[in-house]
Amino acid sequence: MALLEVKDLKTYFSTGDGVVKAVDGVSFSIEKGETLGIVGESGSGKSVTCLTIMGLNAKRNTISSGEALFKGEDLLTAKPGRLRELRGNEIAMIFQDPMTSLNPVHTVGKQLVEAVQLHSDMSKQQARARALELLKQVGIPRAERRIDDYPHQFSGGMRQRVMIAMSLINNPDLLIADEPTTALDVTTQAQILALIERLQAEYNSAVIMITHDLGVVAEIADDIVVMYAAEVVEGGSVDDIFHSPHHPYTWGLMGSLPRLNTDVDRLAQISGQPPSLLRPPSGCRFHPRCPYVMEICRTVDPELKPVPGDQNHLQACHLDEATKEQEAARLLGAVAGVS
Amino acid sequence: MTGAQSEMVLESRASGDELLVVEDLQKYFPISQGMIFQRQSAAVQAVDGVSFTVREGETIGVVGESGCGKSTMARCIMKLLEPTGGRILYRGRDITKLSRTEMRPYRREMMMIFQDPYASLNPRKRVGFIVAEALEVHKIGTPAEVKRRVQELLEVVGLNPEHYNRFPHEFSGGQRQRIGIARALAVNPKLIVCDEPVSALDVSVQAQILNLLKDLQSEFGLTYIFIAHDLNVVRYISDRVLVMYLGQIVESATRAELYNDPKHPYTGALLSAVPVPDPDVGRNRKRIVLEGDVPSPINPPSACRFHTRCPRFVEGHCDVEPPELVSRAGIPSSHLARCHYPLERWPLSEEEMRRGRAVPA
Repeated sequence: MALLEVKDLKTYFSTGDGVVKAVDGVSFSIEKGETLGIVGESGSGKSVTCLTIMGLNAKRNTISSGEALFKGEDLLTAKPGRLRELRGNEIAMIFQDPMTSLNPVHTVGKQLVEAVQLHSDMSKQQARARALELLKQVGIPRAERRIDDYPHQFSGGMRQRVMIAMSLINNPDLLIADEPTTALDVTTQAQILALIERLQAEYNSAVIMITHDLGVVAEIADDIVVMYAAEVVEGGSVDDIFHSPHHPYTWGLMGSLPRLNTDVDRLAQISGQPPSLLRPPSGCRFHPRCPYVMEICRTVDPELKPVPGDQNHLQACHLDEATKEQEAARLLGAVAGVS
Repeated sequence: MTGAQSEMVLESRASGDELLVVEDLQKYFPISQGMIFQRQSAAVQAVDGVSFTVREGETIGVVGESGCGKSTMARCIMKLLEPTGGRILYRGRDITKLSRTEMRPYRREMMMIFQDPYASLNPRKRVGFIVAEALEVHKIGTPAEVKRRVQELLEVVGLNPEHYNRFPHEFSGGQRQRIGIARALAVNPKLIVCDEPVSALDVSVQAQILNLLKDLQSEFGLTYIFIAHDLNVVRYISDRVLVMYLGQIVESATRAELYNDPKHPYTGALLSAVPVPDPDVGRNRKRIVLEGDVPSPINPPSACRFHTRCPRFVEGHCDVEPPELVSRAGIPSSHLARCHYPLERWPLSEEEMRRGRAVPA
């Protein structure tokens, strides 16, 4: 059984302008020790998917349906008390902005101790020792002294380490990282990614990495889900997605990426803007921006189904297999380019 | 300034196509103490001795981590901040000490595009007004001409000219950045300073904006100073690249030289830290992970400012004798690096990265 299995997850927000379908039928699963990358542009629903799994959406205007089975238990129907038991204990989350997700009026030590004591009957001394151990593990220099510092006394990269320490303090089985390195510089990003990889290997946790950076997922993910306008458009192993991408949106993402190792005269760009989720386009949601659009795309929403010959590689596009293979090969050739 | 640097400046002066020359630019922000009798106790050395030349029609990329002084440098060049020391020459004329009125004719030729497309447009003004503002400040054209020009500009940057009367909030992030570009183009500038113009945008929109900037450059013969922290983006757009660390230029080279054969260990670390969107490369690659954070620019490390994090640090040399930004035997004279122990080749293994041999300038 998968550690987490998400089936046909839908999250709708009712707003003054109408219903925003922020997540519309998303399914994926993740095993213990695996890393799943969720890729997509802002507004594609990747963060809301994870907030829904964690039960962190505002109740007032949210309607969720589907299933999110964590070790066989449906998180969507779980009672708030049960969710509180799980959160920060078996499932932990690292948020994008470490400044706004730490409490500015408490020392980091106090916040870490609180996280431990909530989920165990450790004494304050034991919890503090555990907190110190974690701070050392995530590579905070002079941790014995820094444990009594306030969040504003740390730099961005150090704060993100504190967040990681806090999320790992109870050895979670599932770690959800929502753009954990987006606000950081490349050198710090490299440090944080190396840290997450090392700790994952140590604790055999599963990691869901939400990001818009294809470079980051290529380096650390085993499987990838590509989201566009609240839906999954493609999913598969990292090699499937990078070596034989099957969806025009994935092609667009890869073509529009400036690269370090090749010179290109002009980036392939996806024309137009991401659609509004208040009134998503009919048929395939990518059709207004798709260069391969056909008549059927305007009316019929393509189903997410396996690529012929590969059960684990899913894609949602009406194009025929031959054209796809040809186009993917052309794109990869262009990307490899002149080095 | 070193011999090689002044030589380089002289050389480009002789060729006569340089648009902007920056010489030994410094910007210190004083830190004062005391409630009533404020006295200066220290200074943030945001930019400390930066020299470079920008030739007409080229794009200079500036990369570095946050806090390295790249934005402060841009604001000094635009005279939005008063430099503490050094000179800025625009078309051979020293503009460092010009008053606001004297500066005005130069403002028409130098424009800026800002990072945050949400914060850099006045939310209470219509797009037509925002784009036309520079024309009105410089008293160019009659109202009818201004309107025609604005609509033309909106079309040039790929927006619907009919949207003249809309407010900024009616546009998406990418469209707002296009408005920012239209505004910068309004008075036909020569030089555009782009401060992280695509960092706030999604990849697909980022590609649109980068392509647009390239098209406009070839159409109007623009010169760009392009500041970014994303090395991939800088590679795509730049002809030459400056790498900054703690207020100084640590390496300066053409695009090909810098990306294929970096000389400074910091540049090497930056390049190896960038995630590569190719799983085969990513898995087999060894990153050079730098220890710690960027030190404080209030009290920068002695001699070589990178020595506290450098894998090639040699005690008694790097922390005593400051390296100069110079070219060396066997590499092109356009390729300058501020390091006693430059990288021999690229890529290097972790082991090789640690063992450097001193190369005399």
